[in-house]
Amino acid sequence: MEYLSLVFQEVYKILFLLVPVLVSVAMIVWLDRRVWAFVQKRQGPNVVGPFGLLQSLADALKYIFKEIIIPSSSNKVIFILAPIVTMTLALIAWAVIPFSATQVLADINVGILYLFAVSSLGVYGIIMGGWASNSKYPFLGAIRSAAQMVSYEVSIGVIIINVLLCVGSLNLNDIVIAQQNMWFVIPLFPMFVIFFISALAETNRPPFDLPEAEAELVAGYQTEYSGMMYAMFWLGEYANILLMCAMGAILFLGGWMSPIDVYPFTLVPSAIWLILKILLLFILFALVKAIVPRYRYDQLMRLGWKVFLPLSLIWVVLTASYLFYFNLLPMN
Amino acid sequence: MIAHAIFFYTFSIIAVVSAIMVTASKNTVHSVFFLILDFISISCLFIMIGAEFLGMIMLIVYVGAVAVLFLFVVMMLNVAQQKNQWFVGQQSSRHIPIGLVISTLIFFEIIIVIGGWKFKPEIFDINNSISQASISNTHSLGKILYTDYIHVFQISGMILLVAMVGAIVLTFRQRSGVKRQSYIKQISRERAEGVEVLEVQSNKGVKLDD
Repeated sequence: MEYLSLVFQEVYKILFLLVPVLVSVAMIVWLDRRVWAFVQKRQGPNVVGPFGLLQSLADALKYIFKEIIIPSSSNKVIFILAPIVTMTLALIAWAVIPFSATQVLADINVGILYLFAVSSLGVYGIIMGGWASNSKYPFLGAIRSAAQMVSYEVSIGVIIINVLLCVGSLNLNDIVIAQQNMWFVIPLFPMFVIFFISALAETNRPPFDLPEAEAELVAGYQTEYSGMMYAMFWLGEYANILLMCAMGAILFLGGWMSPIDVYPFTLVPSAIWLILKILLLFILFALVKAIVPRYRYDQLMRLGWKVFLPLSLIWVVLTASYLFYFNLLPMN
Repeated sequence: MIAHAIFFYTFSIIAVVSAIMVTASKNTVHSVFFLILDFISISCLFIMIGAEFLGMIMLIVYVGAVAVLFLFVVMMLNVAQQKNQWFVGQQSSRHIPIGLVISTLIFFEIIIVIGGWKFKPEIFDINNSISQASISNTHSLGKILYTDYIHVFQISGMILLVAMVGAIVLTFRQRSGVKRQSYIKQISRERAEGVEVLEVQSNKGVKLDD
């Protein structure tokens, strides 16, 4: 009985986290389209609900009532598993995101490694979908995304090492608290830029959306998907984008901490600060989508391996030697 | 304790069954997917014994990178349709004795290690700093790895580096006749190099390539 109540309590907590995440994913899709339209001097979705806020809801309803078509020559089990994997991986990562010093579902020691691991698993949904479709365009998209995401993960990993050198702990709350005096975006600004660009590549956002480049590959790995399964890919993708924004906010923008530690700012709940920072990063994501043309594949690989990886490695050496020389290495 | 046991047996059953399925499944891509499932359940087992750092590194390195490259290669080679006829084929049955010998060896090694650890724990000089409860797993691993075993650690890094350089040297071929783009050259082009304004006289035209 005791176990049961414990389980119910946890389920309640999880729902309390996941439902807002899903709702905000729907809202963020609307925001993405509005920002995109704003840059191109269009209106964007403005019909359904006030300011078109309910547009994503309408889209979701449409997807739910559409028929799910499973190609006859596809590998059915993996074909159905692929969107489920994408969606699940995008949602389980939220377990470790701290919304304040105490409001975190799982305050584990290796929080940042967990985030990194889950975001690197995200490639499987795409590969499975692309391969199981048994069709040329999805397959090409899957192959592209496999190479792309593995490449950019490397530089994200090295950037995380930079931050960890300054913190001395893998716990996400420790990382946030270590930024009390100065956000890491100031001393590690080049790393923040590289992290932002790598996050774009990791989430397959323009200008790195080669796995689903519509001009060449129809819709890439999603070509054969329809109805609710397509919607799950789509939701998982945006949940991943939000997650990357949250990761950027925690690593570089001080997470749930208020920008200035003075009276009127400290009244605002810390979760609001985190959400505001995530939104700021997301608007940057949306602006990039609107203003930058798509990269060519060899340019993408060159950028990842020949520019970002050496740069971030050099920065690790710099950070480490600076911290060591001035005796600032965090010890405990 | 019961919950712990339930989780342990779930993960270990998944690990063993998927390990068997890696060799038994007929589709090579399915084998790789089972391998990934195996890695994931083993990392869950690592986390359950408190080795959270190892578990996460297992996920990041094996599942996030190595298995992706496996899948990549298996898909590219188009061996997906090739049937894995290990249990029925005449060809592969010649290799069964070798496999049996190797697996018997590994089995006895495991028996010796686990048996020795169980009945004579003093012959295994376990460094106690790894199992201290006061500091986190990651800290204690780092403390051991960068002090007592720093040379071994550095040597293994060097071996990996040499292997990488060797692989690049073996496969890299400088092909002639390939047009390469240098983006610095492209963006540092001046207008004068690319565009020329000519006075065209009527009925005479312009000679382009000279």
